[in-house]
Amino acid sequence: MQMILLVDPEKCTGCKLCEIACSIKNAGTGSPTASRIHVVKWMRSGVYIPMVCQQCDSPICETVCPMDALKRDKETGAMVIDYDRCVGCRMCVVFCPFGGVGIDTTHGRVIKCELCEGDPVCIKFCSPEALLYVPATSVNLMKQRAAAERFSELMKKMLAPP
Amino acid sequence: MLRRKIAYIDLSRGKIVTKDIPAKIRRLYLGGRGIDVYLLYNHIKPNINPLGSENVFLIGAGMLCGIPALGSGRCDIAAKSPLTGAVGDSNMGGFFAPELRFAGFDHLVVTGRAENPVYLWVRDGEVEIIDASQLWGKDTFETQTAIREIHRDDEIQCMAIGIAGENLVRFANVRTGMKNSAGRTGMGCVMGSKNLKAIAARGTMDLEFAHPDKLLEYCREMNDMIMGTRWARAQSRWGTMIIYSNTNTTGLIRCRNFQYNLMEKGDVLECENIDKYSVGMAGCYGCPVHCRHRYVLTRGPYAPLYAEGPEYTSQGAFGTMPDCPSLETVLFANHLVNMYGLDTLETGNMIAWAMELYEKGIIDGKTTDGMRLEWGSSEALIEMIHRIAKREGFGNVLADGMKPAIERIGRGSEYYAIHIKGMGNLQSDERPTPSFALGIATSTRGADHLRSRPAIDLYGLPEEVLEEIYGEPVSNDYTSYEGKSRMVWWQELLYAVVDSLGLCKFQTVFCAVHAPKFEEWTNLIHYATGMKFSKQELMTIGERIYTLERLFNIREGFSRRDDTLPERYFNEPTPLGLPIARGKKIDKERFERMLDEYYELHRWSKEGEPLEDTLKKLNLHNEPSHLL
Repeated sequence: MQMILLVDPEKCTGCKLCEIACSIKNAGTGSPTASRIHVVKWMRSGVYIPMVCQQCDSPICETVCPMDALKRDKETGAMVIDYDRCVGCRMCVVFCPFGGVGIDTTHGRVIKCELCEGDPVCIKFCSPEALLYVPATSVNLMKQRAAAERFSELMKKMLAPP
Repeated sequence: MLRRKIAYIDLSRGKIVTKDIPAKIRRLYLGGRGIDVYLLYNHIKPNINPLGSENVFLIGAGMLCGIPALGSGRCDIAAKSPLTGAVGDSNMGGFFAPELRFAGFDHLVVTGRAENPVYLWVRDGEVEIIDASQLWGKDTFETQTAIREIHRDDEIQCMAIGIAGENLVRFANVRTGMKNSAGRTGMGCVMGSKNLKAIAARGTMDLEFAHPDKLLEYCREMNDMIMGTRWARAQSRWGTMIIYSNTNTTGLIRCRNFQYNLMEKGDVLECENIDKYSVGMAGCYGCPVHCRHRYVLTRGPYAPLYAEGPEYTSQGAFGTMPDCPSLETVLFANHLVNMYGLDTLETGNMIAWAMELYEKGIIDGKTTDGMRLEWGSSEALIEMIHRIAKREGFGNVLADGMKPAIERIGRGSEYYAIHIKGMGNLQSDERPTPSFALGIATSTRGADHLRSRPAIDLYGLPEEVLEEIYGEPVSNDYTSYEGKSRMVWWQELLYAVVDSLGLCKFQTVFCAVHAPKFEEWTNLIHYATGMKFSKQELMTIGERIYTLERLFNIREGFSRRDDTLPERYFNEPTPLGLPIARGKKIDKERFERMLDEYYELHRWSKEGEPLEDTLKKLNLHNEPSHLL
């Protein structure tokens, strides 16, 4: 079953637990540049948006990579970097429209979210559930239910006896 | 993780020196508040002017800052307090302390005074002093935005002062983000006196952990542990405003300064009413609880507005103490003090006191420049905040804090002032709760709940549970005096350690019984740093920190006579509330006995002075030792 790392910015509280947990799991260290996920924040308006690789169906990173170093993991659906092939040209960094590929300056390599081999650590640290790892088939069902709940409350009010 | 350095910044000479922090100091004081108090005692000469260049301004990241658990973003800020003349020390959340660590530093020691306004720029192992003439006059939000624009980096974290700090309001605070504040003891005033507008940090340096895999797993366990408590779950939804529902119903809250212990028109301030304005919660660094509301005002005189908070503290400062039954006023006033960089609690306390003086005829329109300081007046409240921050008219009198204001106004105004050692109290009314009363009296930084409050005393827990926590039998009746000194003592040690680790006080035994405490911290420290401590060793560190703060205050002339309550606590019984809280006042004799027991637990003399033997056991007998 294909799973998706689903980001819901409305629920994000901006605590950055996902960033530090990601860095420890994937780089063994607490490094702001080693995190594969990044919470973008606007202080004056209180908007927080976690940005992470979208694991696109037609990944630009794969297209621009001259070394064929980016491949889809069949099990997890994640685009993963084959560091044996990667020459560090950073074309993927340049072309990804989401900033999904970054540079870990400490370890001197490009990095991206590879879904922790199907067990993403970030979701385990996200108590408001702004990050979820869910079956691709149920992504829109969840959103439909959330939207329908608002309608249902309205309808319950309308149908309630006076 | 412990390779972070300390930087000494001499603003008078523009000189910067960086050093390593010796392992010995870590073992004795951990970091954050612990190392700050060591520096305070070692670097500040007795009886200096807190606003002179000889005061030392200290910034310290907690030892566990940056771990993915328990709100690990706490920053401790210390100096000699210009409000009390005692230990000045305040702690803030947000994102500044972790960024300081990523930038290579755990501690900053700022001495001297810059000739013109400056800010510090801390970046990957370097500290630079930069001209801040363009920033002077900006509020705390504008300052942070401007610094991000100057360096073209939105990830910069700043701590800054607003106009209140520039104007040397004695209770000006240090601010970061939209709402996080090192609020108490006037640390923003010290920054202002040094012409230091802000400190900006940005770092990309790794934090190395001793056992990263174990740490990650254990941190998750810790987050689950705290989120497993009802208190944390309630806080996630309502923030600290949830406390109000209990305290205002019971009669544990000050209304009309100190006339009532319950706000009769207080329903409008209940936490549920925030739903109309809240657009979601926000968390500090590394926090699974996220107790801060993000709120908007879209209509009314204060709109449009986006702000964050308010804490329980602001509900009291601008709601119950001035008897102002308007949540929108509280929300706006909360925003104003954050914008100006004022301690919300001290501001509300000063205004409520002035309102009582106005009611009693001790001051009148002539003193207040024609302003009618009437109970519940939103206009007067808001206007006074502006005037205090700008030091205009009567605001200039209040801006100096309680002791100088009493001296200036005279005419028996002192009796109505709710302060200890010169610092105003929270809106809590401690007359029904002897443990809380002892805590505010003994606090090393003046009247304050965050030094020792055993909030779980209110729960009436089974006495076996309390005995397990506090080590010996204590009464589970919060109106009792039995065992309460032990509660206060134990909480003092706990909070001294949590403030030194840089974890959030709300994520230990504050309101939640089953929250992580000494035992769990020993594991966290081990996995993060490799250092091993026992529970007892951590408690000893807490004792060392608290005793060194005590020594600082003794050196400044404080003694047992300062560990007391405002007279009204002994004279006036509480008029309202549930039967358990009604008709209560503090019994002087029993209070003094509690104080004796409390000194004994600390192994201090009857006069509250640490005994020679105590100093030796705590390794304090050679202070100041100048190791740092």
